[in-house]
Amino acid sequence: MKALSLSLLYLLQVLISPVMAEGLPSSLRGASALDTPSAPPIVKRWQDDQAPIMRSYVQQPPLIPHTVEDYQVNLKSNKCLTCHSWANYRQSGATKISQTHFADRNENALDNVAARRYFCSQCHVPQTNAQPLVENTFNPVPSLR
Amino acid sequence: MTEQQKRRGWLAGFSTITILLIGVVFGIIFWGGFNWSMELTNTEKFCISCHEMKENVYEEYRNTVHYSNRTGVRATCPDCHVPKEWVHKVVRKVKASRELYHKFLGTIDTPEKFEAKRLELAQNVWREMKANDSRECRNCHDFASMDYTKQQKRAMDHHVKGFDDGQTCIDCHKGIAHSLPDMSTVDPSSVVGK
Repeated sequence: MKALSLSLLYLLQVLISPVMAEGLPSSLRGASALDTPSAPPIVKRWQDDQAPIMRSYVQQPPLIPHTVEDYQVNLKSNKCLTCHSWANYRQSGATKISQTHFADRNENALDNVAARRYFCSQCHVPQTNAQPLVENTFNPVPSLR
Repeated sequence: MTEQQKRRGWLAGFSTITILLIGVVFGIIFWGGFNWSMELTNTEKFCISCHEMKENVYEEYRNTVHYSNRTGVRATCPDCHVPKEWVHKVVRKVKASRELYHKFLGTIDTPEKFEAKRLELAQNVWREMKANDSRECRNCHDFASMDYTKQQKRAMDHHVKGFDDGQTCIDCHKGIAHSLPDMSTVDPSSVVGK
């Protein structure tokens, strides 16, 4: 008797589960069942080289207008600085790093890029073709427009 | 005196044709065998049979575009590090005897020892590539076949300028297949102050 009621319960569950799934919020893997693969995510493409991108606000770290795939940035070398350092920017035609990068957090002036400014992608990021997840009505201040 | 009687020694019993044929057969065996065994050392499998190569430079290279890319065309170790032309290839192979010597000495047999030597080793390769105008790069990346207009703007600008200034591939493309050494002595402005 117990086995029969359990199997009836199971049957009921199977029958109503698709109905219940509709009411649930979808997770990161989508609304697909556990035993079926979810849809693969869309691969984001790095944007092609472009002119410097306008800032949206005055204090914004400038965005990287080119791909930086496979650039090595570690304690032994920094690929970004081979073009953007003060010694190299003229030859490469790149923007030089700002003078703010030559001071430690106590405002002591340094003769080379400060350790806290060394890892470029902590502030400067390359762009992909990703669409905004939510609508955004932000507009730059008039002085930057 | 007839032609036959002029011959002396052990060859006397063979006709000219037979001697030629023996020469051809021996030539194929020895010359072919020499080249075959040399080509055996020109394979990635051979290179990474030494743990010095497998655990350091090969592992780094597996993350780069020359190992994995959108078209599936791969450059293996000898494609970049052994010349294609026979004379240059043999010269390189003779030079490699020094590498065997250091293999037996265990000069770079731990990652720490390798790292300590990395700048020197990298500079050896850079110097060689600079001297031979990046010959091994150009086996695939031929200037004459390069269509700048199909490159991205940054690449196009720099390639045109670089070629006009007489630069060669390795002048800019360092560390594209392996981790870079400590660059503080090469370009102090590109490394954090110490």
